[in-house]
Amino acid sequence: MALKIVKGSIDRMFDKNLQDLVRGIRNHKEDEAKYISTCIDEIKQELKQDNIAVKANAVCKLTYLQMLGYDVSWAAFNIVEVMSSSKFTYKRIGYLAASQCFHESTDVIMLTTNQIRKDLSSPNQYDTGVALTGLSCFVTPDLARDLANDIMTLMSHTKPYIRKKAVLIMYKVFLKYPESLRPAFPRLKEKLEDPDPGVQSAAVNVICELARRNPKNYLSLAPLFFKLMTSSTNNWVLIKIIKLFGALTPLEPRLVYSCVHVVKYLGLLAMSKILKTHPKSVQSHKDLILQCLDDKDESIRLRALDLLYGMVSKKNLMEIVKKLMLHVDKAEGTTYRDELLTKIIDICSQSNYQYITNFEWYISILVELTRLEGTRHGHLIASQMLDVAIRVKAIRAFAVAQMATLLDNAHLLTGNMQRNGICEVLYAAAWICGEFSEHLENPMQTLEAMLRPKVATLPGHIQAVYVQNAAKLFATVLKSQEGNTDSTAAQETSQLMIDRLPLFVQSANLEVQERASCILQLVKYIQKLQQKDVEIAEEVNALFAGELNPVAPKAQKKVPVPEGLDLDAWINEPPSESESEDEQPKAIFAKEEPKHSRPRHTEVDEKELARRREARKQEQANNPFYIKASPSSQKAVYYKSHKHKIFPPCVLSFFTGLPMSDQYVKLEEERRQKERAEKKKKEKKKRKEKRSGRGKKHDSGPESEEDITPAHQVDIVTEEMPEVNSLDILYFKKSSKHKKKKQKKEKEEKEKKKKKKHHHHHHHSDGGGEESVQNGTVEEEEPLPVSVYQSSARHSVYDIQGNLQDGSQVVVSVIFENKGDSFLKSMEFNVLDSLNSKLQRPDGSGPHDGLTVPFQLPPGVSNEARFVFTVQSIIMPQKLKGTLTFIVKDSSTHEKLDFKLHFTCTSYLITTPCYSDAFAKLLESGDLKGSSVRLEGVNMPFHHLLARICFHHHFSVVERIDSCASMYSRSIQGHHVCLLVKTSGQTVSIDAKCDEPTLLGNVLDEIKQTFSQC
Amino acid sequence: MQFMLLFSRQGKLRLQKWYVPLSDKERKKISRDLVQTILARKPKMCSFLEWRDLKIVYKRYASLYFCCAVEDQDNELITLEIIHRYVELLDKYFGSVCELDIIFNFEKAYFILDEFLLGGEAQETSKKNVLKAIEQADLLQEVHTHIFSTTLIFLKKKYNPGPL
Repeated sequence: MALKIVKGSIDRMFDKNLQDLVRGIRNHKEDEAKYISTCIDEIKQELKQDNIAVKANAVCKLTYLQMLGYDVSWAAFNIVEVMSSSKFTYKRIGYLAASQCFHESTDVIMLTTNQIRKDLSSPNQYDTGVALTGLSCFVTPDLARDLANDIMTLMSHTKPYIRKKAVLIMYKVFLKYPESLRPAFPRLKEKLEDPDPGVQSAAVNVICELARRNPKNYLSLAPLFFKLMTSSTNNWVLIKIIKLFGALTPLEPRLVYSCVHVVKYLGLLAMSKILKTHPKSVQSHKDLILQCLDDKDESIRLRALDLLYGMVSKKNLMEIVKKLMLHVDKAEGTTYRDELLTKIIDICSQSNYQYITNFEWYISILVELTRLEGTRHGHLIASQMLDVAIRVKAIRAFAVAQMATLLDNAHLLTGNMQRNGICEVLYAAAWICGEFSEHLENPMQTLEAMLRPKVATLPGHIQAVYVQNAAKLFATVLKSQEGNTDSTAAQETSQLMIDRLPLFVQSANLEVQERASCILQLVKYIQKLQQKDVEIAEEVNALFAGELNPVAPKAQKKVPVPEGLDLDAWINEPPSESESEDEQPKAIFAKEEPKHSRPRHTEVDEKELARRREARKQEQANNPFYIKASPSSQKAVYYKSHKHKIFPPCVLSFFTGLPMSDQYVKLEEERRQKERAEKKKKEKKKRKEKRSGRGKKHDSGPESEEDITPAHQVDIVTEEMPEVNSLDILYFKKSSKHKKKKQKKEKEEKEKKKKKKHHHHHHHSDGGGEESVQNGTVEEEEPLPVSVYQSSARHSVYDIQGNLQDGSQVVVSVIFENKGDSFLKSMEFNVLDSLNSKLQRPDGSGPHDGLTVPFQLPPGVSNEARFVFTVQSIIMPQKLKGTLTFIVKDSSTHEKLDFKLHFTCTSYLITTPCYSDAFAKLLESGDLKGSSVRLEGVNMPFHHLLARICFHHHFSVVERIDSCASMYSRSIQGHHVCLLVKTSGQTVSIDAKCDEPTLLGNVLDEIKQTFSQC
Repeated sequence: MQFMLLFSRQGKLRLQKWYVPLSDKERKKISRDLVQTILARKPKMCSFLEWRDLKIVYKRYASLYFCCAVEDQDNELITLEIIHRYVELLDKYFGSVCELDIIFNFEKAYFILDEFLLGGEAQETSKKNVLKAIEQADLLQEVHTHIFSTTLIFLKKKYNPGPL
């Protein structure tokens, strides 16, 4: 047997498979018929063999030929043979062939009954699957009759894969053998509610088709379908159902209504999708959608509501809400009414009240909504009232008047049961009346309303607010009454408080009790003083002084950084590595807590900061006193309330205060007592100052009289660090340099200064778009103009990066640092364009216009701005001349700085890794032109040398063997640059290849330059 | 749906699936007639035509025409959607499908169609499920084919050491 299989296989390898056949036919276009007839002969031979694999292959080819129109009916029996194979591979082919070739008159079908039955009950679901699929194509009345029961069983198969196939094939069976319908129908109906959506849609399909043939038997299913229609999200199914209803309507006129409904429903659904992309076209159908709100069907009304949410604008908001309010009054059933209520609020408050033009109107809408009884959304209305009243200052007087009316009519609200959600509104009403009591027309009346005994039936948290705000009101009332000559009135008010408050003192709610007893004692005390004719109102008012104002989440950014504060500077000197913790005196240890090396320190800090920022955002999001960060809405709110104050920066900085620096503050306190006595400034502000001072010490050193603090600290630090370590040396060096500079500055204030800076700047590319390029040599000349007010030494550093996305774009990041003592503003950056390189300016500006630098520079502060240049050719280095103009704030003089931007060829290279095989291929290709350079007297280890080339010139090492290395880089325009670096003694030879010889020459020159400087 | 045909711009039939029992002769006649009618239509003409008592819905994708015949109460748009879904399935399975994929793997194209439509009705509307079923069935098939082909390779090496 084994031999037979092997023999079959050997024979088979000389057979054509399907692909060979197809290829053959395509190659014999002229004599296709002849070629195919030889193929058919071959197939006939193959079919005679015992090997099932060979047969299956033959049958597969026959199926293809059948499609081309050749008669293959003679092979019907062989197809059945292949179908009966126990292996899925062949069975699949067999059934496919059968489904393509068999039809009702094929006589061998009779022979398949048992085989199919066997396959249907196979434990392998795919065997069953192919059998069902095949059967669907060639089912005959006989097969239908014999297999109906088997298929019916499969309709309840555990696998949905089988169930859905079985359900679908039942339709074919019904057509061939209608008697099977009656027993199968209950099960089919059951499948309409199958948990698997595939099976469900199959059942819908079958029933739809059946109903089309004989609609009246399926009328009873209409409710079930209606339910499916409203719940299903599958469009295919929805369409089928509509079709089914279409078939049923002639018999049941009532269904016309529901059919219209279905279409309406779908229309609204579709509109809401269109709305997302084409809001305008939907808005023109506003009236139609509003009509849908009158519809009897709740699901349609809900859909229409959804749509309305998306289509409001400033113009139509009031109109839409008015319509909705009408519906609220008419609405039956609390669910829909609640839905309406939330929608109204959603619509109005969306994107931070973007569409509200009149807040008085909104407040009255909210007040009107409180008439709803039994709603669950009282708290929603309440939070809206609070939010609007706090954030829209101009509305407060109106809001307070409305809230006072609400409080007066409170008995209407509390008349119902305790759980009535609408009483939440009173929470807002009481708070608003208390907080903004200065706007009340008749505070006394409101105070009385708030102290009514019936208030005690309200939920605890509301009572607590009542009590607290009664106290606020009391303070206001006192103030107005004390102004009068009649002092008894004030005393009467106190008496009212003393009479009413005990009710709350007895409250079971802790919060209420606590507040009430506290306030009661306070009022008693006040009364005593009043009896002695002491004017007390001012002091009572002071209890609640201070205005609550909203703050935009980004408000702090708008606060200019105070003079002398450098946020980027180090608070603590970054510790040197040689320092060991044991050597540190305790005080210093506590102060200089971060003991890590510099980069690690910043990393931890950044993570920590990010986390805090996140937490803060979260907090702000939940805090109504923050305006949420949506640009358009901010405008809207600010617009309404022109005079929003922003918290002073020192208060806000509390949020960012680090515990570490707090500790630091404590430690420093003792040392700085003297200064504190002098300055009497707030603690927080001082901390900031200290920060900046510390930073300066590290960065630029003390420069002005104002910075006495850091000078002191410098002394302390040096005193407390007796060990002379590397840090100290470095530090002393620095400070001495600064001293010199300072002296020089004092003496020669009008002198021109010239600085040259070499700077290597690492940039992390943020995302895939931009690849960073470090710019090797950046030079800048800064001749400062002669000026009497010349005190603003400036200094900037820049970094040129190519944009990988666009081979002609180069981004130049410039760091501006104000080293002088004056505030600089209105900075304009301008570069004289060359033919090759141009500064990208916004549309509409001329070719010589400067770009405004988007920030101002307080003294000692640095900031970064980016400018984009378009460069046509990158093969030559370039120098661009430019000027920076700015205004010195103190003197209001216009000043000018000239500089040069040096675009080296290196800055167009991008570090690109390359594998050695790809590298070898590149060199072999012969497209690259060679060049070489020799460097003499290079006295550094080879790996340093390589690192230098990598770092300064953006190469990556491909391979290194001993004193020889291959390196690779790529330009932003895709030039390959390959280097072979060899060293012997102090001589380094670099052989280089590149597809652009000019570029290569320049890069090599730049490399040479780098090494000549060392 | 009554049947589905795939044919090339040259009028070559690439795939046919009949959901109604018809004799070979009838099938041939129908497909010949239809292919001619559709190829004669201009590209700007609509995708639907009435043909005998059927509605024909067709759409051209690159060089291939996909053509379905449905009864006159059936919805043309959903049929168009079915065609498109089938193309999407082929595309997912073959990875940007082209006519040659269907010619050389025509049995696979059938298998996919059979998982998607059954007896002319949409069987599974989820692309993911269709492809999952095909993948699993393929896996089942691969196991056999793999064992078989390893034997073959072994034998070929032994008896026919020259280049294959």
